[in-house]
Amino acid sequence: MSEMRELYQEVIIDHHKRPRNFGKLEGANRHSEGYNPLCGDRVTVYLRVEADIIQDVSFDGSGCAICTASASVMTEVLKGKTLADVESLFGKFHDLVTGPPDEPAVTEGLGKLAVFHGVREFPVRVKCATLPWHTLQAALHQSDEQVSTE
Amino acid sequence: MSSAQRGTASRSAAPLDATAIRGDFPALADRPYGKSLVYLDSAASAQRPRAVIDALVRHYETVAANVHRGVYQASVRATEAYEGARETVRAFLGAAEAREIVFVRGTTEGINLVAQSWGRANVRSGDEIIVTQLEHHSNIVPWQLLCEQTGARLRVAPIDQAGDVIVDAYRDLFGPRTRLAAIAHVSNAIGTVNPVAEMVAIAHERGVPVLVDGAQAVAHMEVDVRALGADFYVFSGHKVYGPTGIGALYARSDLLEVMPPYQGGGDMIASVTFEKTTYNEIPHRFEAGTPHIAGAVGLAAAIGYVRALGFPAISAHEDHLLAHLVASLAATSRVRLIGMPRRRVSVVSFMIDGVHPHDVGTILDREGIAIRAGHHCSQPLMQFYDVPATSRASLAVYSSREDIDRLVAGVEKVKEVFA
Repeated sequence: MSEMRELYQEVIIDHHKRPRNFGKLEGANRHSEGYNPLCGDRVTVYLRVEADIIQDVSFDGSGCAICTASASVMTEVLKGKTLADVESLFGKFHDLVTGPPDEPAVTEGLGKLAVFHGVREFPVRVKCATLPWHTLQAALHQSDEQVSTE
Repeated sequence: MSSAQRGTASRSAAPLDATAIRGDFPALADRPYGKSLVYLDSAASAQRPRAVIDALVRHYETVAANVHRGVYQASVRATEAYEGARETVRAFLGAAEAREIVFVRGTTEGINLVAQSWGRANVRSGDEIIVTQLEHHSNIVPWQLLCEQTGARLRVAPIDQAGDVIVDAYRDLFGPRTRLAAIAHVSNAIGTVNPVAEMVAIAHERGVPVLVDGAQAVAHMEVDVRALGADFYVFSGHKVYGPTGIGALYARSDLLEVMPPYQGGGDMIASVTFEKTTYNEIPHRFEAGTPHIAGAVGLAAAIGYVRALGFPAISAHEDHLLAHLVASLAATSRVRLIGMPRRRVSVVSFMIDGVHPHDVGTILDREGIAIRAGHHCSQPLMQFYDVPATSRASLAVYSSREDIDRLVAGVEKVKEVFA
C-alpha cells in the first residue's frame, strides 16, 4: 500500500476529487485541448495572458486521477507567473516525472508540484501527468491543433 | 503428459484441472512485483501452452524452408506442415473444404481483405453495410474505408442497456441496398454472445451475406461456420492460445472463387508476363508473399491443445468461473457492471465509482493482477454507455477461482487508495 501512496499522494487524491480552477475561464484569450488516446484523458486549458504574465488560468475535461490532479495543481501554481517562469517550471516538472526511477527526484523549486515525484516509478503513467502541461504549451503558442500524447 | 492430453481421455466428463492447465503455460509462472501472476486479460491476448511453443521451436529447428517452392525435402515438409495447418483450421471451424481457409495476420487483416476484395467488387454508391453497436474498431473502420471509397454508408444495429443487440431493430435495417452485414460473434468489451445463427438467417432471407468477427468466440465455444450460416468468418490465432501474427479467414468457396486478389506478389500467381498475369487458385490467390509458416504451425498446435481439452469441458469451467466473477463484482460496493447480456462468455467490464479505469489498472498491476483498462477499441460502445473507458477482466482455460478472488481483493485495495 505504501508504494501506491507514493503515486497516489493524499494531495493528488484530493485534487482529483475536488479539482481547483475547474471550468471554462471567462475572458480567456488562449485555450487548447489535449487528448491521451491510451486512457481517454481529455483536458482543455484556458488562459488569460497579459504582458507575458499568466493573469488567470483554468481547465476542464475528464481524466484519470493523475491527469486531473496534475491539471489542478498546475493551475494553482501558474497564476502570476511570467512565460519564462512557466518554461522553467515545465522543464523541472518534466525532469521530475520522467527521471530514472532509481535516482532520487529533485523537487527544488517545484513547490506543490513535488507531490508528483512518484510518477517516475510508473512509466506508463507519465503521459497522464504531462498532458496538462503539453496542452498548456500549445495554448501559450496558440496552436489550434489538438495536442495528443501519442 | 500435458493436461490437454489428459483431457483427451475424458473429453466431456471430467472438469478441467485448472492447476494442471496453468502448468502447461510457462508465461503464467511470471511473478510481477514478486507476486504470483493473475492474468485476466486473455481477451487481449491469451498465453501459449508449452505445446505451441514446442511446435514453433521444432519448426524452426527442423523445417524452416519456404512453402510451395523447392523440390528439396525441407520445402516439401514445410508445405505439408503449412497445408496441414490449413486442414486443422478447416476442421476447427467446420468448413467444407480447406481451400475456403485463407491464412491472414489476424482478424483485422481478414476483415480488411473481405472489405477491399469482396467489398470493392460488390459495393456501390448508395449501398449499405450493417454493423452493430458492439463492434470492435476492426469491424467498423475497414467498412468505413470501403464506404469512403465507394460512396456506400454504414448502418448500425442498436443494443439495449443489457448489451444485447435489438434483433427487431437489426431486421428493420435491411433494405434493397443492403449488401453485407458484419457482426461480432462475441463482444470483446462486454462479452455478449450475439444470436449469430438468427442474425445470419435474417440476412439470408434478404439475400445478404454475413461476415462474422469470431476473434472473441473461437477460444470459448465450438464454432461451426456451416451451422451458423456464416459466409465469412474471421479469427486471430493469439486469442486462442496460438502465436501472434497469424489468423484465418473462412470464406465460402463460391464467394472466394470470384473475389479479386487483395495483394499482389509471389505465390498468388499462376503465371506472370509483363502483358498479363493469371492468378493462382484459391486460397493461394489471397496469400501473396511468403506466409507466416511457423505461425500456421503454431496455430495448428494451439487448436490441437484446445480440441484435446474439448469445448464441453472448457465451457463448463469458464461458465462456472464467469458466474463467480459476475456475482463477486456485483456484490462489491462501489462497483458497477457495464452490460448484463443474456448470454455471455469470458468477458466482464466494470467501473469503480469515482475511480478512472486507468488508475484501477495501475493499482491492480502492483498487486500482480493484469486486467485491461481502456476503451477496448470499442469507442462507439463506450459512448453508448457514456463512459470514457472501463476495467475489463477476461477468463481463459487457465483461469481459477483464486484469480477472481485476488481480483476482488485488489478492487478493495483500489477503493482504499481512493477512499
